[in-house]
Amino acid sequence: MLMLVLTGGVACAAPASAEPDVTDFTLPNGLEVVVIPDHRAPVVTHMIWYKVGGADETAGKSGIAHFLEHLMFKGTEKNPGDAFSADVAEIGGQENAFTASDYTGFYQRVPREHLKEMMALEADRMTDLVLTDDVVRPELNVVLEEQNMRVANNPAARLGEQTDAALYLNHPYGRPVIGWRHEIEQLTRDDALTFYRRFYTPNNAVVIVAGDVAADEVKADAEATYGKVAVRAEIAPRNRPKEPVQEAPRTVTLADSRVEQPTVTRDYLVPSETTAKPGESEALDVLAHVIGSGPNSRMYRTLVVDKAIALNAGAYYSGTALDYGKFGVYGAPKPGVTLHQVEDGIDAVLGDVIAHGITADELGRAKTRLIADAVYAQDNQATLARWYGAAIACGQTVAMVRAWPDQIRAVTADAVQDAARQWLDRRRSVTGYLVKSLQSEEKHS
Amino acid sequence: MTIALRSDAPVRAKTVSRRAIVAIALPFLTLAVSAAPALATTIERVVSPGGIEAWLVREPAIPLIAVDFSFTGGSVQDPAGKAGTADLVASLLDDGVGDFDSKTFHDRLERKAIELNFSADRESLHGSLRTLTENRDEAFEDLRLGLNAPRFDAADVELNRAQILSGLRRATTSPSDIANRRWWETAFAGHPYGRPVTGTLESVPAITIDDLKTYVKRVLARGNLKVAIVGDIDAETAKTMLDRVFGGLPAQPDLIPIEAASPQGLGNRIVVNLDVPQAVVEFGGAGIARKDPDFMAAYIVNHILGGGSFSSRLYQEVREKRGLAYSVYDSLLWLDHSALFLGATATRDDRASETLDIVQKEIHRLATDGPTAEELAKAKSYLNSSFALNLDTSSKVAALLVQLQRDDLGMDYISRRQGMIDAVTIDDAKRVAKRLLAGGLLVTVVGKPEGLASTAGTAH
Repeated sequence: MLMLVLTGGVACAAPASAEPDVTDFTLPNGLEVVVIPDHRAPVVTHMIWYKVGGADETAGKSGIAHFLEHLMFKGTEKNPGDAFSADVAEIGGQENAFTASDYTGFYQRVPREHLKEMMALEADRMTDLVLTDDVVRPELNVVLEEQNMRVANNPAARLGEQTDAALYLNHPYGRPVIGWRHEIEQLTRDDALTFYRRFYTPNNAVVIVAGDVAADEVKADAEATYGKVAVRAEIAPRNRPKEPVQEAPRTVTLADSRVEQPTVTRDYLVPSETTAKPGESEALDVLAHVIGSGPNSRMYRTLVVDKAIALNAGAYYSGTALDYGKFGVYGAPKPGVTLHQVEDGIDAVLGDVIAHGITADELGRAKTRLIADAVYAQDNQATLARWYGAAIACGQTVAMVRAWPDQIRAVTADAVQDAARQWLDRRRSVTGYLVKSLQSEEKHS
Repeated sequence: MTIALRSDAPVRAKTVSRRAIVAIALPFLTLAVSAAPALATTIERVVSPGGIEAWLVREPAIPLIAVDFSFTGGSVQDPAGKAGTADLVASLLDDGVGDFDSKTFHDRLERKAIELNFSADRESLHGSLRTLTENRDEAFEDLRLGLNAPRFDAADVELNRAQILSGLRRATTSPSDIANRRWWETAFAGHPYGRPVTGTLESVPAITIDDLKTYVKRVLARGNLKVAIVGDIDAETAKTMLDRVFGGLPAQPDLIPIEAASPQGLGNRIVVNLDVPQAVVEFGGAGIARKDPDFMAAYIVNHILGGGSFSSRLYQEVREKRGLAYSVYDSLLWLDHSALFLGATATRDDRASETLDIVQKEIHRLATDGPTAEELAKAKSYLNSSFALNLDTSSKVAALLVQLQRDDLGMDYISRRQGMIDAVTIDDAKRVAKRLLAGGLLVTVVGKPEGLASTAGTAH
């Protein structure tokens, strides 16, 4: 119940050597199915990803995608109340769901013999959800408590919301996936049902099955369950409002008396894996790794070890998204050091990469590490299922996911420097400061 | 039911460890006995020429190896006034080692994509290694150096100390950290269990490099070591590795004896005021020891009360029916010298009193009436079937095998477990529900809970 899925931070990758034999097919009603065999344990991970998320919401109804995700557990005519969850519990399964800007996912991890049962239950709630105010009202309170827990009680998360809102001048990625609290409070049963009828249809979903299964049996089970669900909505192309030319660097400062460790973050608007030119997102993967992944990265070595002005510093590329990716850098100053000193240190590291690029040694190290991540991922069927699901829900294909290790191998040092030059542009960025009080921060600057 | 936020956590500095709570989930997920060639059906006990034992699962399907190990003696072995020593040691074992300073060693690890991690909890210093098969010799050498030749260079010590202190300062305004710390320091006042694993703002600055070295000499030994190896490696290679990595450690540790302890302050409530919109509530009481014949019945009762599915009584009453919280759970927790049950929830300040009331009523109701026969049957079904889900990655299997060894359950526990669960009758469950849940709760609440105050004698 506490799994937090981040859309970024780790590179989206696919299996490298000895990769599993992934099968992909589409049912007549438009539902895509991907099968990833893993015969090491007699279990299966079954996930359905709807190609709808927070960025597909109508303005003013922020949080409805996530609220509907919660309400999907409220039962259908055939399986009323918590029958689905009770069944999962009885067979010793695990289940959960998650919502992001571009997708909404539901999954069960169960002993393999229960796969068809899960498919039947998931197919049933794709179109036959029953909602009454008696179950909708308490669930809205649950979501408000979730917002309290994740955001209201957490100054860093509140800064994150403000940073996103500033980064996207026009695109709905600027809205929090959980919703703005004042809009969550007004969400209704009708809002949820309207959203549900518009987006929950087999032609807008992809099912990922990873585990101890064979593709042909999964196909037969999928046809017998999901195959019976009629298309109920035509899905329009996901054309969200695009960003205008961004011309002005922005800064946001969040002050809260509970902040005991100030931090500086900067997010740059960059291409996603889906929108990048060939090789570009992989160059950003390598760039993020060299600049800011772990204690051997430039940022950590420079700011934390050599200059000893920060307690932590790093960078990440969050590229699995339909429209825009995000390149983030961050630093946490040591006591007695100001945020601006750390920010200057970050800028010096970035400036050096822009001016001089990365070394052949750094390039090799980063490739080794990123490609190894793809091998490590094969050890976890749920991780593999998530990679494929997120990528496909964001407009990629199975082939693109599989090609990722080769694309990483093909990255050149020049491509990394080009990516740094083009995309680490302050005008397309927001710098966020998390401080104890606005006054104390001014004194330090 | 979760949400994916688009922003990443910007700071990954240390946070207060709640690993003790997480760790307890493991031992109950037994291995697939009847299952097909699953990861864990072929556990081998290997003993090296030097006499070091490990449990091994050979799984050549993926070219990687996972090693998990634990030394009994975590933060409870911290010297007096130096709480946080074990945690600081763990943070430094992958910094400078042998001839390699910290930068050189991290570079070496990254070049071969070797993942080496150490951590401390209350009762153990724990480590894990993950490597591609092709790099295994270098990976084993890196692990050997971490355990046998940590440098504790002053600059590394000060950096890690500063990172831990930053985490401790942040914990002073985090409602869940405060609730957890207050619970433990009250329940185990005067006992090493009452000290926070990561130490305090007073104790961490007092730890010297000599303290770190002394801790390593006292605690890292062969006699209190448990090892599991999973992946693309055969028994002979594993044996060679065991001697090479662990053979240089002293035969026996030099541990401070820890006295058995029961949680104190049951029946009391401690309220800490903090200006946050959502109050965090932690509650717990005395548990049942791992070796107690009633343990399995207690595990089933706990599952029915607040265990890990959407069907538990607390989940249904607090979340589903009333929408009072996003998260509510409770867990059994067994330590080497104590046993507990411990749960938590978080709810808006104006309904914290109502939420706590419901939690207490549900605990009382289960203690008084016990579970229903249907609940018992469903819980057994869940616990018997869910094991395989925790055996689908090498790292999970390795962690499980270490836990089984730490709990001294024997390799045949895996085949015995289902019988132990099935043997629990409704009368057992009712009797043990009373034994487990009627002993009173110690409650900590952090926030601005309307209408809730500390009980007499506990105000702070």
